[in-house]
Amino acid sequence: MIGVVNYGLGNIQAILNIYKNLNIPAFSISNVQDFDKVNRIILPGVGAFDWAMEKLNRSCLRDRLDELVIQKNIPILGICVGMQMMAERSEEGQMDGLSWIQGDVKHLRHNIKFDNNIMDVPHMGWNDINIINKHPLFRGLDKKSFFYFLHSYFFSGKNKKQILTSTDYHGRFTSSFQNNNIYGVQFHPEKSHKWGIRLLHNFALI
Amino acid sequence: MLRPRIIPCLLIKNNGLVKTTNFKDPKYVGDPINAVRIFNEKEVDELVVLDIEATKNQTKPNYQLIKNLAYECRMPLCYGGGVQTVDHFTEIISLGVEKVAICTSAIENNNLVKDAANAVGSQSIVVCLDLKETLVSNRYVLFTHSGKRKTDIDPIEFCKKILQQGAGEIVLNFIDRDGTMKGYQHEFIREVKDIINIPLTVLGGAGSYKDISSLFSAFGVVGAAAGSLFVFKGKYRAVLISYPNHYDKEEIVRKGNSDKQNFN
Repeated sequence: MIGVVNYGLGNIQAILNIYKNLNIPAFSISNVQDFDKVNRIILPGVGAFDWAMEKLNRSCLRDRLDELVIQKNIPILGICVGMQMMAERSEEGQMDGLSWIQGDVKHLRHNIKFDNNIMDVPHMGWNDINIINKHPLFRGLDKKSFFYFLHSYFFSGKNKKQILTSTDYHGRFTSSFQNNNIYGVQFHPEKSHKWGIRLLHNFALI
Repeated sequence: MLRPRIIPCLLIKNNGLVKTTNFKDPKYVGDPINAVRIFNEKEVDELVVLDIEATKNQTKPNYQLIKNLAYECRMPLCYGGGVQTVDHFTEIISLGVEKVAICTSAIENNNLVKDAANAVGSQSIVVCLDLKETLVSNRYVLFTHSGKRKTDIDPIEFCKKILQQGAGEIVLNFIDRDGTMKGYQHEFIREVKDIINIPLTVLGGAGSYKDISSLFSAFGVVGAAAGSLFVFKGKYRAVLISYPNHYDKEEIVRKGNSDKQNFN
């Protein structure tokens, strides 16, 4: 059973609708007991880093979530700000991240490899991916797959082996990562039509 | 590579879907949830939904309607209408909407863009400029309250201000072109495009896929929004929801690219 963490942010229903159509059991996690039934977790997100961290910390779900992810190694997928929260910290806010993966979240304009003069920020719209390390999460997806992005910050990791895909936007950034059972995608699979559905399906089968 | 966006824009009045001409004569065209379902099937890039009465009637955003829309929407959704406070922003984002658009309140409340950007992040802050050319000076000025009230604010200066404050996207909405299907107004778009470094979307006047191609060839990666083009069919304006299929979309983007190279 897939549990989508309901800490008051992100389009939980869109994710649940997709799994319903795929006939894969999924539900929204609103209290600690709900975690007992799950073997996959999704951490959705829209919004600013501190706002999201504060909401998660105040949700009473944080401790159990840490335990399941770090000690029980249950696969978890972070989406957009949910991915960024998995890092150690973000330039967008003051609060500590979950520190489930080594790396920081930086502003797109603070990547020296980016061409700042012609770049619009936020990075908004449909963009493709470069597969860096092959993984079942991206089975059936390739350079011709498009995903919806909406963000001003990006994950800057320490370990290249953890990069699953990169995306080009006046430079190159990590659009998805894996650290053991911990997965993050910068784009919104729940809003990315057939490609996003495929990714969410793949996550259920990992 | 990032692709330009093709965006249906739906107008809401009394919980129904309408289409206006020059911001007037709203014609009922159907049920919003039903329209969202059709656009889901057509795999649209993004959807904009604007409640054109909320600000005029001084009512809060209709959260139940927004919730229902977000519940159905399988594509990114931008909602606008009646948004006046930071709490409105946080509430709407919490319902599962990606972006929130403001127009009147961005003009009347000096700090709203900044405060909202601090709360939910710039990526979700869309400022929509309702524009009309004044007869006297032949300059565009901003309008508020769904085109009902004229201001003397210069849109270029206003764009600079909201950029500073952390707006994440600007939508240029041309009142004179609304519902006319006679093409986008390119000259003024150029003036704005040259001074901003955030995404730009244009609304008002699209009458064909060719208009969208021309927009992309002139301005590169921008959003092409349209109402009539995606809800009406034929010269008698019969209601029929449509959207370019995968092949058409490729053509629109490809023509936009190849024209650009020719111009260069």
